[in-house]
Amino acid sequence: MRSSQRSSRVRASGGVTRRTLLANALGAAAVTLASENAATQERPESAVRFGRLPNERGSRSPAEQPARMPSAISSRTPLQDLHGTVTPADLHFERHHAGVAVIDPRSYQLLVHGMVDRPMTFSLDEIKRFPSTSRTCFLECSGNFGRQSGERTTVQELCGLTSQTEWTGVRLSTLLREVGTRPQATWFLAEGQDAAMMTRSIPIKEVLDEAMLAYAQNGEALRPEQGYPVRLLLPGIEGNASVKWLHRIELADQPFMTREETSKYTDPLADGRIRQFSLAIDARSVITSPSYPHVVQPGWIEIRGLAWSGRGRIQRVEVSTDRGRSWTPAELQGPVLPKAHTRFRLLWGWDGKPTEIVSRAIDDTGYVQPEWTALQSIRGRRTRYHLNPVTGWTIGADGRVLFAVERVTA
Amino acid sequence: MTRVYYMFIAGAFLASAVTSAQSPPQRYGLGKPAPQELITRLDTDVRPDGTGLPPGRGTASDGAGVYARQCAACHGAKGEGGLADVLVGAEPPGIAPFGPQYEQWRRDRPDVPFTVGNFWPYATTLFDYVRRAMPPSAPGTLSSDEVYSVVAWLLARNGIITDAEVMTAESLPKVAMPARGRFVPDDRKGGRQVR
Repeated sequence: MRSSQRSSRVRASGGVTRRTLLANALGAAAVTLASENAATQERPESAVRFGRLPNERGSRSPAEQPARMPSAISSRTPLQDLHGTVTPADLHFERHHAGVAVIDPRSYQLLVHGMVDRPMTFSLDEIKRFPSTSRTCFLECSGNFGRQSGERTTVQELCGLTSQTEWTGVRLSTLLREVGTRPQATWFLAEGQDAAMMTRSIPIKEVLDEAMLAYAQNGEALRPEQGYPVRLLLPGIEGNASVKWLHRIELADQPFMTREETSKYTDPLADGRIRQFSLAIDARSVITSPSYPHVVQPGWIEIRGLAWSGRGRIQRVEVSTDRGRSWTPAELQGPVLPKAHTRFRLLWGWDGKPTEIVSRAIDDTGYVQPEWTALQSIRGRRTRYHLNPVTGWTIGADGRVLFAVERVTA
Repeated sequence: MTRVYYMFIAGAFLASAVTSAQSPPQRYGLGKPAPQELITRLDTDVRPDGTGLPPGRGTASDGAGVYARQCAACHGAKGEGGLADVLVGAEPPGIAPFGPQYEQWRRDRPDVPFTVGNFWPYATTLFDYVRRAMPPSAPGTLSSDEVYSVVAWLLARNGIITDAEVMTAESLPKVAMPARGRFVPDDRKGGRQVR
C-alpha cells in the first residue's frame, strides 16, 4: 500500500490525469475500510479494491486465452473453445499462399474491367459510399480435414479451417451495375494484391445474388489476414474463391483456368475424371464437446457441436451415442441462418460404458452428410479437398475422449 | 396552427424518404474511368487460348539453368519435390491416372504424386502461375524469356515436349497436356446423393 502511494505521488509530479487521481483515491479508501472492518466483512478478492477504469480497447480475461493453431500455410480456429456461432475476428482461421499482404488504404484501388461498358477504378472511400449490406455466414477452406494426430486429433485440427462472421460490404451486383456488365460476360476473375496475386474464376450467375465485397467483419474493418481493406465474399462457396486483398475484377465469357482451379482445389474421382469448380461446400457437422482431450464423468452430458451447409439451411442434425446404430435429432439453436454455422445440442445421460458419439448433418436440399466409405467409393483414395465425412469421438470406460480414427480410415 | 404546419412538414419529409428508398438508381456515380495504361499494367493473366501471353521465347535447354537457380532449392534438382510440390512425374503410358487401373498400378507405389504431367490441364496456366507467384522469395522478377524457358523445361521433363521445342505465345497454347481430357465440371447438386 505504502509503495503504491509513493508511486502515485511520483506520477502526480510528472503530470497526472483526473482518472488516475480518482482511481488512487477510491482504491486507498477501499483498502482502508477493508482493513478496519476485516473482522466483520469477508469479501472475495475482486470486491476489495476498486477495479480498472474504462479504457480504449478491451482484452480477454488472462484465464481465457483461446488461440489459433498455426502451421506454415494456415492457422485454425479453436472451435472447441468457442460458444454460440460467431468467430471472434482475431480467431478467424487464416489460409494464405504468400503471407499476409500489407496494403495502405489511402492508395488502395479496385479495378473492374473486361466485358464491361465502363472500365473503372474505385477507392476504398468510394466502395464504402455504395449502399451497404451485412451477411452472417461461414467461410470454410476447401482443405478442412486434418487428422495427422490420429486418436489425439482435436476439433481444431480436424476442422478448424471454418469460421463464422458478420460481414459488411457492398453487393457485387451493385458494383457490376456501376460498370455495366456486357451480356456475354458469364465469368469474372478475382485477383488479390498479395505476393501470390491469388486468382480465381467465378461464374457470375451462380454467385450474383449473394456475392459481396466485404470491408468489415464483426462490426469493424477487416483484419489484415482476412484481406484488408477489401475481400470478395461468396457465401457457401469454398474459401479460396473469396479472394482477399481484392484489387482487380475482370469479366469474361469463360473461366481463366488459373492454377487454383485446375491443379489445386479440384477433386480426382475414382473413375479417373477430375471434378473442377467444386464451389459449393456440402453439409457437415462436428461435435465440439465432448472431444479430445476432454475427460468426462458418467451422468448428464450436453453434447454440443456445429453444423453448416453451403447450399442452404441446416434442416436437422442427428446424433448417435451408440456408434451409429441409432440416431436422435439434436436441438438446433435458432435462428438457423442459410449458409451459416448452426449450433446443435443433445442432452445425454452417459452410463459409463465405452461408446462412440457421432453426428451427421442434413441440409434443406435433403443432402445427408456422408460416411467416409461412401465418399471414398466415389472420390477414390487421392481426394484431398472438399471432405465432409461423418466423424465422431470414442469415450473409454475411464471417460477419456479420443478421435474416432476408424470411422475415417479406408 | 404552427404545430399542424410542422407535422405537415415532417409527414412530407417521411413520405419523400420512403419514396426515394423504393427507387434506387441504376448507378451511383462513384468511381473513376480506368485509364488504359492502368488496365494494361495490371491485366497480366494468361488464358488457355493464349490471350495475355507476352512476346518472348524459350526451350527446355534454356530453362535448365533458370530452373536450377530459381526453382530447384524448393522443388528438387529434377522436379522431384522437397519443401514445395513435386513437379515431374507421369504414369506408364496407357494407364490413366486415378482410375481403377491406376489404383492397381500404384498399389506398390504409394507416393506417386500430382505433377505437371498428370494434373495440369493447360500449359498456359504454368506460364501464368510461374510469372504471377514464382519464386516466392521474389515473385514478378523473372523475364518473359525466363518464364517461357522454365515452362519448357517442366513440360520436357514430364515428357510432353522435346528439349528443342521453342515455347512462344503461339506454340504454348497448342501444347497437348495429358490431363486435359480428364477435367469435368462440378456435378454435385445437393439432395440425396453422395458425390
